[in-house]
Amino acid sequence: MTRKGRRLALIAVALGVAAAAVGLALYALNDNIVFFYSPSEILQKNVQAGARLRIGGLVEAGSVFKSTGDKLDFSITDGANQIKVSYEGLPPDLFREGQGVVAEGVLEAPGRLRAETILAKHDERYMPREVVEALKKQGRWQEGSAKP
Amino acid sequence: MIVEIGHFALILALALALAQASAPLIGARRGDRALMGVGSSAALGQFALILVSFAVLARAHLTSDFSVLNVAENSHSAVPTIYKFSGVWGNHEGSMLLWVLILAAFGALVAAFGRALPATLRANALAVQGLIGAAFLAFILLTSNPFERLSPAPFEGRDLNPVLQDPGLAIHPPLLYLGYVGFSIVFSFAAAALIEGRIDAAWARFVRPFALIAWSFLTLGVAMGSYWAYYTLGWGGFWFWDPVENASLMPWLAGTAFVHSAAVMEKRDALKVWTIFLAILTFSFSLLGTFLVRSGVLTSVHAFASDPRRGVFILLILAFFIADSLSLFAWRAPLLKQGGLFAPISREGALVLNNLLLTTACATVVFGTLYPLALEQLTGEKITVGAPFFNMTAGVLLLALCFVTPFGFSLAWKRGDLLGVAQRLSVALAGGFAAFVALIAYLRGGPVLAPIAAGLAIFVILGSLSEIAARVWRGSLSPSTALSRARGLPLSFWGGALAHMGAGIALLGLAATGFGAETIAAMRVGVPQTVGPYQIVIDSVSERAGPNYRETVAPMTIRSGGGVVTAIEPARRQFPTRQMATTQAGIATLHFGQIYVSIGDPDADGTIPARLYWKPLVTLIWLGACVMALGGALSLADRRLRFGAPARAKSGAAAAAVAAR
Repeated sequence: MTRKGRRLALIAVALGVAAAAVGLALYALNDNIVFFYSPSEILQKNVQAGARLRIGGLVEAGSVFKSTGDKLDFSITDGANQIKVSYEGLPPDLFREGQGVVAEGVLEAPGRLRAETILAKHDERYMPREVVEALKKQGRWQEGSAKP
Repeated sequence: MIVEIGHFALILALALALAQASAPLIGARRGDRALMGVGSSAALGQFALILVSFAVLARAHLTSDFSVLNVAENSHSAVPTIYKFSGVWGNHEGSMLLWVLILAAFGALVAAFGRALPATLRANALAVQGLIGAAFLAFILLTSNPFERLSPAPFEGRDLNPVLQDPGLAIHPPLLYLGYVGFSIVFSFAAAALIEGRIDAAWARFVRPFALIAWSFLTLGVAMGSYWAYYTLGWGGFWFWDPVENASLMPWLAGTAFVHSAAVMEKRDALKVWTIFLAILTFSFSLLGTFLVRSGVLTSVHAFASDPRRGVFILLILAFFIADSLSLFAWRAPLLKQGGLFAPISREGALVLNNLLLTTACATVVFGTLYPLALEQLTGEKITVGAPFFNMTAGVLLLALCFVTPFGFSLAWKRGDLLGVAQRLSVALAGGFAAFVALIAYLRGGPVLAPIAAGLAIFVILGSLSEIAARVWRGSLSPSTALSRARGLPLSFWGGALAHMGAGIALLGLAATGFGAETIAAMRVGVPQTVGPYQIVIDSVSERAGPNYRETVAPMTIRSGGGVVTAIEPARRQFPTRQMATTQAGIATLHFGQIYVSIGDPDADGTIPARLYWKPLVTLIWLGACVMALGGALSLADRRLRFGAPARAKSGAAAAAVAAR
């Protein structure tokens, strides 16, 4: 093979690998992206049932209801609106009423989420950043009330 | 008073780092030996001063000196001594101090043992290393001073985050930093080569030992972080494609590519410009990782309480080094003498393919990690790119890499014989394919990815073994001749074979996650629960007190087919100081697999919610990583690569080349 031919072969292989990577990335991006909303945003944006998303806010006080061991129902609130969440499994260690939480799952109906993953904060000084911003939007966040 | 000594030592270290960044650079330009010598002394002095500073902070933590803000906020007098010590880097300020300590240690390594290096190359490399040190020392002193005092001193500290009260904290960050930061020296050598405008095969020989040290530690650090997350979080997962994990994977992928391309440069004097580029890229990813983890742009366990000034400062450092090194690259790289092109079917051709796959896999990880951040900044939309995306992109590309690995490893340099190699690998190919078919038949219509991965893993492992066999044993050799042939093979060959085998072993562990079992159950004392081939029973539930926590333990017995196999003790710990609870998973290792049980708080009706997992072969993931790191260490021990011995190295290389025939 000539020098030019070798160089062309190299470029062709490089382009091939790059094209494959871009193709895979576009294909994977199609249905693997999850949007984050606050409860108010879900109601405002009229998100369709069946969408996969993350919701962040506070666990509403008095809303946590545990039934038969591993089923858990609660509401996520940003102070203005609430979304009901049902979850099967163990909540994380720091899941508590009145604390920040992020739930990921499928919206079954407007205002009701079937969660597959629940993330709580991991330190009493720390609040998930998305939750802080969701609360700020509703004017429910006072700087200094807790360190973000 | 002693605390202030630590602070002053850090300021002096900054002054020395600035001297190290300037004097040798000027010296190298003017050919002034005295000025160039400043680099070595400054590097050694800087390391000593940062060591003093680190020791002072460690002393403050060990003696629970709560007049130091850092200790008061992150320690407690009741914390066990080991966690008092590892708590030194269990917070933002201390972890940055560990970062610069390791940075300075690598500079000192070059200063102390690099006497055989060309003087100007060493001077320039030390100057660049000094500049990185100066930037990060300034960062610590201006935004994250670990020696800040607190007056009046509180009587008790606020405790170390319970999640961090784990032996993992003593091991994972130092290993990871040795890897992460170790690539700084590779970067410095690359910048030095660009400054000089000259690069040759000897450069690769000087740099490869550092790259191998850094790569081995990075491999161990990533694996250790994964194992720590696995046993401490209680979800049974070992890799979440979390941006922080990706931050350590990106330099690993680029660094792996570098280690391979440097081999081509060393043996064939080709791929020079590309290798330099990879050196810059790898450390840029280390810096990017530091930014992602330390600036607080991400929500993660690694984000300590943060301050926006820090993020901006690290971003400036990141932008400075990446932009400057890439400009230097664009300006000087055309001066470097181009190496020859080579035949596509050859060892070096295969290594180019390896590099292409590794860097595109790395690019997809970078994209998946940064795209959500960029989108949020631009549109305010918050999205998450999860595991499915990364599995589909980086995962598939890395599987493709595993397929070509044994071919590349068996091909000869210069001109390879693909047909001959395929024949040589026929046993490995057949073994891998048989494993794939057997698993498909066994699963009947399950996910196809796990059998593919398992088949490839077997192929990679057998491929390494058959290459060893082909080199050692040919025709009708007596065992003693074969043994002496094995001894004659260069250590770097054994290292490569071992590292590839480690990759295969880790892949086998990853593939086996597709064959596990998991259940979530409300368990009662005495009532067995089945998971996979095992039955698990809670024997009793009790409370007990630890040094700084209380725990609920539920000892369990594991049975299989009537006989008792083993016992575990999952627990939940309550830490009163921080009002936090942690899960202590009960883990039993059985034939490389693990039974993993984590429990929740007992319910009012006496049931205990529990997650139970049976994870066959799961330990292979981390054992494989250890084998890979061992392979790196073995290559390092090769006489040819012994640091700072270029004269001997030449004859060693010749001997190795002869032995490899």
